[in-house]
Amino acid sequence: MASASSALRPPLIAGEKTPAQVTKDICSVLDSKPTALWWSGFLVSLAFLLLGVVAVTYQVAVGIGTWGLNSTVGWAFDITNFVFWVGIGHAGTLISAVLFLLRQQWRTSVNRAAEAMTIFAVICAGIFPVIHMGRPWLAHWMIPYPNMRGPLWVNFRSPLVWDFFAILTYFTISLTFWYVGMLPDLATIRDRAEPGFRKKLFGVLALGWDGSYRTWIRYETLYKLLAGLGTPLVISVHTIVSWDFATSVIPGWHTTIFPPYFVAGAIFSGMSMVLTLMIVARKTMGLEDYITVGHLEKMAKLTLAVSLMVGLAYLTEVFTALYSGNPYEQFAFANRMFGPLGWAYWIMVTCNVGISQLFWFRQVRTHWGAVFCIAILANVGMWFERFVIIVSSLERDFLPSSWADYTPTSIEVATLLGSFGLFFTCFLLFCRFVPVIAISEVKGVLNVGRRREAPPVISASPQPNPAEGEGVPA
Amino acid sequence: MSARQLLGFFDDEQDILDATRAVRRNGFVVSDVYAPYAVHGLDKAMGLQPSKLPRVCFALGLLGAALKVWFEIWTSAVDWPINVGGKPLNSLPAFVPVTFEVMVLFAGMSTVFAFVLVARLYPGRRATPPDPAVSDYRFVLVIDETDAAFDPEVLHKLLRKFRVRAIEERVTTDQESAR
Repeated sequence: MASASSALRPPLIAGEKTPAQVTKDICSVLDSKPTALWWSGFLVSLAFLLLGVVAVTYQVAVGIGTWGLNSTVGWAFDITNFVFWVGIGHAGTLISAVLFLLRQQWRTSVNRAAEAMTIFAVICAGIFPVIHMGRPWLAHWMIPYPNMRGPLWVNFRSPLVWDFFAILTYFTISLTFWYVGMLPDLATIRDRAEPGFRKKLFGVLALGWDGSYRTWIRYETLYKLLAGLGTPLVISVHTIVSWDFATSVIPGWHTTIFPPYFVAGAIFSGMSMVLTLMIVARKTMGLEDYITVGHLEKMAKLTLAVSLMVGLAYLTEVFTALYSGNPYEQFAFANRMFGPLGWAYWIMVTCNVGISQLFWFRQVRTHWGAVFCIAILANVGMWFERFVIIVSSLERDFLPSSWADYTPTSIEVATLLGSFGLFFTCFLLFCRFVPVIAISEVKGVLNVGRRREAPPVISASPQPNPAEGEGVPA
Repeated sequence: MSARQLLGFFDDEQDILDATRAVRRNGFVVSDVYAPYAVHGLDKAMGLQPSKLPRVCFALGLLGAALKVWFEIWTSAVDWPINVGGKPLNSLPAFVPVTFEVMVLFAGMSTVFAFVLVARLYPGRRATPPDPAVSDYRFVLVIDETDAAFDPEVLHKLLRKFRVRAIEERVTTDQESAR
């Protein structure tokens, strides 16, 4: 790493930091009392979470009649929210695994938070199919365990079972990846903490990590392997989510483009969410030196690239429908664009393909306010994408006599808001208890873009560390 | 078993890298290096063998996939065959997604368990870094004083070339820190 530095490369971390400063900068946020801004954010999120808890309790107690579904539109809000949240999660794995394998060292500043985002987003996503079952107390029937009903096994040919396995595997692997990545940093907190409960807690969590290089080399290998497994996993998960639709025979769903289309959309929405969260984190937690404008710019470029893929998918979809000669398919797309949900289709196109083109301009990419707004709009657009795909295809099916409209009820809207509450509550708690930035990884890239230090000076006696004023170690 | 060890404390990754190389080139035995972060090339400087974790990952991934295929065939075609939409009972292509997920799950989790086993990490393990600042900024080079030809004078001179912050000798009886 150090030997690769060149005068031409801009540094990844601003402010000429030393490793000791990095530790201090990132850990000091955890040592101090939460700010008023944090408390207000936390309380608002908690309020939304409670609203969601009330809504879920109500709909489970009363029944699925509390939803706006009817016999024509059997999937709507729950499944939209499920796909939306799973998609958000995908950028975390993209940043932590794919960019790791591609040796993109700038990822070190954002990967921890992005992985946390993945975990919380997948939790939010996982709740919706369970609610959607209508009888969530039977959710364990999805597990193929020896049971008293035969044993009756699950149908392994069903995409819904594939989904169950995909989401659970994705959650488990993401959580493990996140935790393993945190081990050295947990040890850092342990070693900094005053003796007491906190030191003990982090001592247990750090599993006795002592920084031995024999452990480090195994750790690096493990990290590489998990990244290598996470990369196909993240693609498989959203591919399988898209198969929930693509294996059916509904016009507008039954297309082979769905897997890449969904994966691109997932990464687009996830990158936007990472941008949103990172802009908030760097502003509120004083991490401007770590999450620099350069980081925002790189992520904005990635977002632009996937936005173009999403745009290509939209065009391909329409072309395929036109060229197929299938009147049902052609109608499904005409209905999507100009039918009762046409407004939602155009919101989707405008937000996902239109507005994000502003990222072509450097001034936009480097202006945090502009990036923030575009990222929020991209997430609005991606939510509508799933809503349009699901509802517009169902509400106008083969028989005009069975056509129906769908309007969400207040309970469904409250559940969606509740999932946002859950997500932000978890994320704000995460910011308070563990380092938002991977300390040990950032230390490894400090030398990028910095001039090599002067050649070793031969001194007669051991010198105290001038940066720390600390003499001979204990 | 007691062991005498000489510890060199460093503050810069380039110094520890060069010092480790030089110490080994001069015939000393590097017992371990403690580092706050993974330093590129330090494993080669220490002469460590690459980890065998990829083998565990591959073997257990394969095992997971094989078990899952067997389980899918057994449940769908043997134990309780159900005709779903006229599809063949043993629908191998439809079993691929779940098999893939289970393979990833097995490979990933078993590698993590293998890692904590070989690295001897577990909740409640007492971390004994030679310097509490190892998790902050300090690098520690631990050299075994095993050889009869071990010459502390030469070593002191050598380490000072690489801006060593301090040099210490320690006698350990603890297996943990002597490994």
